Amino acid sequence: MKNETATEAGDEPLVLGEATLRSRLLVGTGKYADFEETARAIELSETDCVTVAVRRVNLDPSKGPSLLDVIDRERITILPNTAGCFDAQSAVRTARLSREILGTPLVKLEVLGDTKTLLPEPVATLEATRELVADGFTVLVYCSDDARLAVALQEAGATAVMPAGSPIGSGQGVLNPNAIRIIRELVDVPVIVDAGVGTASDVAFAMELGVDGVLLNTAIANAREPLRMAVAMRDACRAGRQAFLAGRIPRRLYATASSPTEGMVAGTVQPSPPRGKGAVSARSPEKSTQA
Amino acid sequence: MKILLNGESRELPEGSTIATLVASLDLRPEQVAVERNRELVPRAEHATTALAEGDELEVVTLVGGG
Repeated sequence: MKNETATEAGDEPLVLGEATLRSRLLVGTGKYADFEETARAIELSETDCVTVAVRRVNLDPSKGPSLLDVIDRERITILPNTAGCFDAQSAVRTARLSREILGTPLVKLEVLGDTKTLLPEPVATLEATRELVADGFTVLVYCSDDARLAVALQEAGATAVMPAGSPIGSGQGVLNPNAIRIIRELVDVPVIVDAGVGTASDVAFAMELGVDGVLLNTAIANAREPLRMAVAMRDACRAGRQAFLAGRIPRRLYATASSPTEGMVAGTVQPSPPRGKGAVSARSPEKSTQA
Repeated sequence: MKILLNGESRELPEGSTIATLVASLDLRPEQVAVERNRELVPRAEHATTALAEGDELEVVTLVGGG
């Protein structure tokens, strides 16, 4: 049974087309040691949505069970990707194959530029978005953190834009938080940070920027203890989301005391701050109490 | 007849359809999708789609991925 946390209670679900997700953490299923670990990581992360890839079947007659056997489709939304595609046409074909298997129009569109950077190819991505939208797909688009591209993808009919925090599998976190914030301000569709997460604080940080979700894979699957990291990511996503909704305090240059400044016992010395060259003396809130 | 299955050459009996091929590979039909000569063949048509000499088939499924 699910424990009712403040996260789910005090938040809206994340709606991606026909999928309604309580958890804002989306998890990939690649790179795990085996299906048992995959299934356990999914469970512990408490995700409602996992990504999968489309590949040729194993023609070896001694092949084992399928990934689809370990994902409970009653509880988990399966989001097929077009990973490995470097042109629009391959991505469109791959999306159609995945729709044929799953019977749902949801797809994570991924059209990459080259095998070294794995950076999204913006022109082909936009072209494939248009084609898939016209064909009735619910298109969640992996893209760079270019705000104008995100706007163009929304205009092309994307259901969500999924800017990379940093290159896929790089573990560098969110390299340009301001770019992500600008995307969040310029588009109306959900924004999901996809790729680049290295550890839990990256997820919390992304969610605190106000994005609608985070999608990650390697950060859990390649952690020393994947299952423990799955729990960490679950908590980080909730923490970041709650912090965003709660509203952080403004950053200040100087301290503000949390305890009362009055009522101190006799003889307590309150030293004035040192007066550096650039100090603005008139702004000092406290009277000088130099002995 | 000879076909190309996922890039491998295969000899199939005459009269083979996509459905008989999928069954002969011990695959569950609901877990695969098939392209014939780069055109998706909907599952409902697998039983009626006869294969021909030189056909190129892609049979795919879903695997772990990000």
